[in-house]
Amino acid sequence: MTELRYLAPNTLDEAVGAFAAAGSAARILAGGTDLLVQMRSGALKPGVIVDIKKIPEMTAIEQGADGGFRVGAAASGMALAEHRSFGKVWPGVLEAINLIGSKQVQGRASAGGNLCNGSPAGDSVPALVAAGAIVTVQGPNGRREIKVEDVPTAPGRTSLKPGEIMVSFTLPPRAAGSSDAYLRMIPRTEMDIAVVGVGVNLTLKDGVVTAARVGLGAVAPTVLLVQDAARALIGSKLDDAALAKAAAACSAACRPIDDKRGTIAYRTKVAGVLLRRTAAIAAQRAAQNK
Amino acid sequence: MSKVHVTTTINGEPMEFLCEPSDTMLDALRGPLGLTGSKEGCSSGDCGACSITLDDRLICSCLMLAVEAEGHRIGTIEGMAKGEHLHPLQQKFLEEAALQCGICTSGMLVASEALLKKNPDPSEEEVRFWLAGNLCRCTGYDKIVRAVMETAQDMRAQ
Ligand SMILES: Cc1cc2nc3c(=O)[nH]c(=O)nc-3n(C[C@H](O)[C@H](O)[C@H](O)COP(=O)(O)OP(=O)(O)OC[C@H]3O[C@@H](n4cnc5c(N)ncnc54)[C@H](O)[C@@H]3O)c2cc1C
Ligand code: FES
Ligand code: FES
Repeated sequence: MTELRYLAPNTLDEAVGAFAAAGSAARILAGGTDLLVQMRSGALKPGVIVDIKKIPEMTAIEQGADGGFRVGAAASGMALAEHRSFGKVWPGVLEAINLIGSKQVQGRASAGGNLCNGSPAGDSVPALVAAGAIVTVQGPNGRREIKVEDVPTAPGRTSLKPGEIMVSFTLPPRAAGSSDAYLRMIPRTEMDIAVVGVGVNLTLKDGVVTAARVGLGAVAPTVLLVQDAARALIGSKLDDAALAKAAAACSAACRPIDDKRGTIAYRTKVAGVLLRRTAAIAAQRAAQNK
Repeated sequence: MSKVHVTTTINGEPMEFLCEPSDTMLDALRGPLGLTGSKEGCSSGDCGACSITLDDRLICSCLMLAVEAEGHRIGTIEGMAKGEHLHPLQQKFLEEAALQCGICTSGMLVASEALLKKNPDPSEEEVRFWLAGNLCRCTGYDKIVRAVMETAQDMRAQ
């Protein structure tokens, strides 16, 4: 057995240096709720662990003067829930992150870990896609920004380059008349993996949708941005015809697997049903956000 | 293998211990620290029997590396009673027979205490959702939920 080394640098530059130097044997540790399970089961035997939680930027939650948020990649779901304004501005993103596991898991699990783990069923990802969140990553060649939907490339895989660490999410300022929502379908009421997850972010003016983004999870090898569904909603008053078209676009985007949680037919149908329900919640919240 | 020296605070007391870098906090508690009140049900974050607090936040000790305790504050079931005085939750669990085999009990108590600190007046639904990460194979949960609700009421009345 090779020995495991644990590093907990205080700065991002040190972390990037150590992570890059250790090569493919190294893993980043955020909340550990995926990583430690994978290590315990023997699926993963890293040689070096780089704990990023001592780097202040990684756990910070900050609201800018324009109302936009910057959320550290390793900030826990519980820290976001306890933040005084995050859940008011991004109720859909918060409810998605707070669906991850139990309260115990919430105490540690981060949105950065959820995204980097690369599960097609990661709950926070469709909501962050719908929010139009941008991730900042830093690696040996400096910083760059990527759209959330461009991060996952296949189950368990991301577009991060060797040595790159995810630093933070940037969520845009909230326009008046705008809000978001996330719903997932699971066979139980708690502690299960999504069969379908839908995030919707809407802006309405005088009852008409002026902007929309739809994120769809657990129905394809990666979480998807469903632009056809958004296009069906924009310009509408969320009438039956528009919702039917958007629901059909979600179902059409599905390329799911058949497993014990849901068949292909079930997931495809539920994707459309959840789109309607999630859009209704987002619209109701948007109407209250004057 | 070279062990790592960790300095931390457990139940308000400064503590030091040695561990392997791959040991979990649960391994350290039950091993070198001799605090065996936290139980191992699954080691995968599913059962909550290993529940502790880290800087006052409820977590699973099986999903934390022991080396991460350096410089932080850990709270375990051993810190719940004050000397011979049981915490009201512990007393109520006994009175209501909210336990049978006891494997889940320390996790239930630590999780319930964390809930009542945050929310002294939870609804039954809030209690059930809060404890969704604590599995019990014996009681059927009703007595546990009732004990938490009644303790909350008693503590509010004080
Ligand atoms: C009991 C239980 C229930 C769960 N339920 C759910 C659920 O309902 N929904 C759901 O979506 N997930 C669920 N999960 C999975 C897990 O909790 C989430 O995926 C969580 O968001 C992972 O975050 P973390 O901070 O713990 O990640 P970690 O375990 O620390 O990291 C996950 C992966 O991402 C990498 N990584 C982490 N942060 C970075 C970074 N900043 N830069 C580069 N790489 C990074 C790590 O190296 C690792 O490979 C559950 C897990 C458990 C144990
Ligand atoms: S032993 Fe930690 S959750 Fe089961
Ligand atoms: S009392 Fe036996 S598991 Fe709860």
